[in-house]
Amino acid sequence: MFYVSIFFQYASQYMKTRLQYRSDLVVELFSDFLFQAVNLIFILVVFGHTTLLSGWSQEEIIFIYGFFLVPYAIFSSFFNIWDFNDRYIVKGEMDRVLTRPIHSLFQIIIERMELESMFGVITGIAIMFYAGSQLGLTISWYDPFMFLLMVAGGSLIYAGIFIILASISFWSDSRTDIMPMMYNIGNYGRYPVDIYNQVIRYVLTWILPFAFVGVYPAAFFLGRDEWYMYAFLTPVMGLIFISISVFAWNEGVKRYRGAGN
Amino acid sequence: MVSRMSMYLEMLRIRFLMMLAYRTNYYSGILIYSINIGAYYFLWQAIYGGQESIQDLSIVQMTTYVAIAWMARAFYFNNIDREIAQEIQEGKVAVEMIRPYNYLGMKTMQGLGEGLFRLLFFSVPGMVIVWLVFPISFSNDLSIWGLFFISLMFSFIVNTQINLITGILTFFLLYNTGLIRAKRVVIDLFSGLLLPISFYPMWAQDIMTFLPFQAISYIPSMIFTEGFTGGEVYSALLLQLMWSVILFVPITLLWMSARRRLIVQGG
Repeated sequence: MFYVSIFFQYASQYMKTRLQYRSDLVVELFSDFLFQAVNLIFILVVFGHTTLLSGWSQEEIIFIYGFFLVPYAIFSSFFNIWDFNDRYIVKGEMDRVLTRPIHSLFQIIIERMELESMFGVITGIAIMFYAGSQLGLTISWYDPFMFLLMVAGGSLIYAGIFIILASISFWSDSRTDIMPMMYNIGNYGRYPVDIYNQVIRYVLTWILPFAFVGVYPAAFFLGRDEWYMYAFLTPVMGLIFISISVFAWNEGVKRYRGAGN
Repeated sequence: MVSRMSMYLEMLRIRFLMMLAYRTNYYSGILIYSINIGAYYFLWQAIYGGQESIQDLSIVQMTTYVAIAWMARAFYFNNIDREIAQEIQEGKVAVEMIRPYNYLGMKTMQGLGEGLFRLLFFSVPGMVIVWLVFPISFSNDLSIWGLFFISLMFSFIVNTQINLITGILTFFLLYNTGLIRAKRVVIDLFSGLLLPISFYPMWAQDIMTFLPFQAISYIPSMIFTEGFTGGEVYSALLLQLMWSVILFVPITLLWMSARRRLIVQGG
């Protein structure tokens, strides 16, 4: 309960600060929208030169992208920890976080949230409806529940991977440029994994399981039953990865010594 | 004049050495870049399917294009827009302005120091690794390499100029993360990093000829893959030169009016 009330207090503070610089907020919403459009444009341009991507049609790929946007939006609203090392370890901010009466990871999440990214949920659902209607998909009574489950799984996978990467900073505080690139790798889960070779497919399924944020769960809604097994694993993978990440985080915090004076 | 020159070279050298201190991290970076290029390679293979070539680019040329575009990005890419924005917000820029050098010149030199470091310790070894794994064709014509490096220098200039403009705009917007992000997305798309400009529909290509972005990635990559031949190469270089001259105008104007309306937000 305490956590919930802290969360809403931070959220309302956040709204106030964002509304202070309104012009920037508008530009930022626009840039998010642009970012979503860029990937759509990529798909459209590519399909201007081919009709099928190893058996998947343009609408199916667009649908996968629409699905991907939803867990991604939730992830980017709450887990802005890509600069954790710079912001918290190198600059010593972590000391302050540890004095707070709530779990350090939760403290960082509410400090760094960017609620405006939630607009991606709307864009994603709109894209899914568009592509779904082109494909003539129908919605069953269980689909909304499956959708929530899959989105939760996907968001947790994304969060888990980035928290694990951030936790590395507790062991080595030197700068790495892994985080920004990880955003790029996350994109490959949006394409059918059967286009990649064995190694990349394995990495995207089990090591950096971004395929569970895009193609696998989307395959369920597209009725591609050869991928159902993977689709149903999505929430399981989410739980596994978030558990590993919280464990790594807690172990890391125990080791935290602060950065100099 | 000589001492001024050496001052800027010193800034470049310091940034280079700073990066050198962190070099071990770059090995992990190379791995990630290679995975990135690898994934694109398979994606493009699927896109090509059985087709010999798309828009006059063969699949080998396309793979080379992707590899060189990403490796070149390591050189021209920098975060000086974000650095400038931060220094403005923290008020440090006021002190920087009274120092005996040109603030924008200093930022450019720091960006160049970073870029040269990444070119030597990142792009070169990275390119070798990628070349071992994927079918990439390097030109054995030395003049192509020369033209490529000239073109790469211009990509740095144009990209840095755009970064400077974005950074200086913080003076007017006060808070600038949205614009910085939007700029990055626009550059990824319109520079030709993700897709060669020639793949776009004609109307989109027409619009892009009036924008400076293709000078950043499309032109050097096309020169390297020999997608441009003969006169095309020189007119492309001329286009880059033209943009790097034109972009000086908004920078100068913005900088002049920014100095007049400096607001220090605390600090």
